[in-house]
Amino acid sequence: MKSKVAVHKFSSCDGCQLAFLNAGEALITLSGLVDIVHFAEAGFLDEATEVDIAFVEGSVSTPQELERIKHVRASSRFLITIGACATAGGLQALRNMHDAGAWIDGIYAQPQYIELLADSTPIREHVKVDLELWGCPVNTRQVLTAVRSLLFGVPPVEEVDKVCLECKRQQTVCVLVAKGEPCMGPVTRTGCGAICPQVGRDCYACYGPAESANTASLANRFEGLGLQPEAIARRFLFINNYVEPFNAEGRKWQEKKS
Amino acid sequence: MNEQREIKISVPVLTRVEGEGALDLAIRNGRIEQLQLRIFEPPRLFEKFLEGRSYAEVLDIVARICGICPVAYQMSASHAIESVFNTEPGPWVRAMRRLFYCGEWIESHALHIHLLAAPDFLDFKSAIEMAEKYPQEVRRGLRLQALGNRIVRTFGGRSVHPVGARIGGFFHAPAKSIMSELLAECRDLLPEAESLVRWVAGFDLPVDEQEFVSVALHHPEEYPFNEGRIIASDGLDIAIAEYHNHFREIHVPHSTALHGRYFPNGYTKEDEGIPYLVGPLARVNLNREQLPLAVRDNLAAAGITFPSRNMFHSIVARAAEIHFALLEAIDLLEHYESCNTPYVDVTPRAGIGYGCTEAPRGILWHRYELDEQGQLVSATITPPTSQNQARIEQDLKRSLEAFGLDHCDEELKLHGEKVIRNYDPCISCATHFLKLKVARE
Repeated sequence: MKSKVAVHKFSSCDGCQLAFLNAGEALITLSGLVDIVHFAEAGFLDEATEVDIAFVEGSVSTPQELERIKHVRASSRFLITIGACATAGGLQALRNMHDAGAWIDGIYAQPQYIELLADSTPIREHVKVDLELWGCPVNTRQVLTAVRSLLFGVPPVEEVDKVCLECKRQQTVCVLVAKGEPCMGPVTRTGCGAICPQVGRDCYACYGPAESANTASLANRFEGLGLQPEAIARRFLFINNYVEPFNAEGRKWQEKKS
Repeated sequence: MNEQREIKISVPVLTRVEGEGALDLAIRNGRIEQLQLRIFEPPRLFEKFLEGRSYAEVLDIVARICGICPVAYQMSASHAIESVFNTEPGPWVRAMRRLFYCGEWIESHALHIHLLAAPDFLDFKSAIEMAEKYPQEVRRGLRLQALGNRIVRTFGGRSVHPVGARIGGFFHAPAKSIMSELLAECRDLLPEAESLVRWVAGFDLPVDEQEFVSVALHHPEEYPFNEGRIIASDGLDIAIAEYHNHFREIHVPHSTALHGRYFPNGYTKEDEGIPYLVGPLARVNLNREQLPLAVRDNLAAAGITFPSRNMFHSIVARAAEIHFALLEAIDLLEHYESCNTPYVDVTPRAGIGYGCTEAPRGILWHRYELDEQGQLVSATITPPTSQNQARIEQDLKRSLEAFGLDHCDEELKLHGEKVIRNYDPCISCATHFLKLKVARE
């Protein structure tokens, strides 16, 4: 019998689901290898059936989502978060450092109809997660590799190297050393293919923190490059702002400014 | 004697749209009494966390509003910020931004036609089911989608949240050899785009003529992407900075998106305004004369005439725009020269700037206020789907009544979903899925 797969969406931009929808021919191949049971954007709607692999996109940011993630966990053997929102709370977790209620009052004329939790949080804060795929967004290679590994019955390999190593492998000129750009590569997890330095710009850490990331040292280097404390804080408090060590490093520099 | 009949039906999430929403329907005595397209995608408050950020960070932030049309967000923001800085990036950047945008239109339109909309007209639940009976057609769609993605990737390293754009232009200029390969691939797929238009025109599309106001950008010399004035089918012709004089977003209780309304005689608090349409059908209706002859001839051969008041011609307009974007990409690539200065340096200054560009789903309007360091004081972003939401509700009401409310709930639900999907709503953008609840009395 074919393994059953589900793709669930929580608070997000839909960009990580595109890792499947942009897969081209591989999407058709995948649908031959597994039974896609739930994937609303692709037209499959069945959140109740038990599945072998559940992919979760998006962060938990409403009372309804908090309930729904528990049901998803209960009906899934292996739960994989995809992307910065599900894995780290997402860019929208920036609101966790503010009074989101006041923000909503400022945007919506009838804020009483907006139901929102105070914080936007990663899936792991609410249920057990079996594998986290980082990236904003994750790419097709990451999600298909995970499915393929699991179908072979082996645990998927986690990428924990730094973007720097990927640049070295590709022989890309270092933008931090050569151009003095405040590149986040030294503390950021690889998996993206080091695409920012390839186009000559600084990495902005959309794949989250690498293993044993020395954020303090990098932040000091940024200061040496002439960045103001608040600009340094903003480097860490960005796409993966809610996760450590980025959150602590960012807050540290935020306090320095005041 | 009054016979009271009450039926309540709850149908789960609407599939094949981007985001999460629901449709509530209250039917009394054979008429729709209340209809609400409910969007319950949680608000992600982008406009607030843009405040205090540097202009240089904006493109990486706004891209995250939507995984399907990040280029549109980056382009509207670039133009708005550059207008504050009095930056003129020059002809190379202008041409390459059009090419970048061609990629996003091809990718987004091909995805919508094949993976989201076509199953409605050919009676399948999903494109994956459809692929068994229409393998060639689905494969063609996936190839077009892949080509669009490849164009975006050429500039941005990846197609979702690309990293190549910056205020003032692009971080790098692609090598000529890469552009030659891309050109060959575009030429190769051109006949496929032509036959795609004829394929969708041949669907058994419902005939559904209705009155609506089309709104789009208009540029005197070209089919619009990044620049132009905002025009409407009733004769409105305004600068993008004047948008708020005629268009406002109203917050309705059943939605986390804000509803766009058009005020033909100028906005007043007393007036409720009227729904309006943005997107491929509105664009083709208003800018059809600027489509290349090959696109118009192909449409004529397919037997579809624009302007059209049949909302279901949206899918044909979308296919025609793929054809157009491919021809435009070929033209731009044929004249491609690499460039040592793919961007111009900017000098931050304080001020207010506007950007309005044609996202795949219609005009995407941005307004930013910046301080003298180029940090954001405030941001207002009006995505296409929130502009279309009032129009979708208006269409649903009359379409479902015309379809016949005596149909069973399942049939009503399917027809309602078909009407909604036809707009290619991106609820992630409008903030994002559908549950249908019917209450009959």
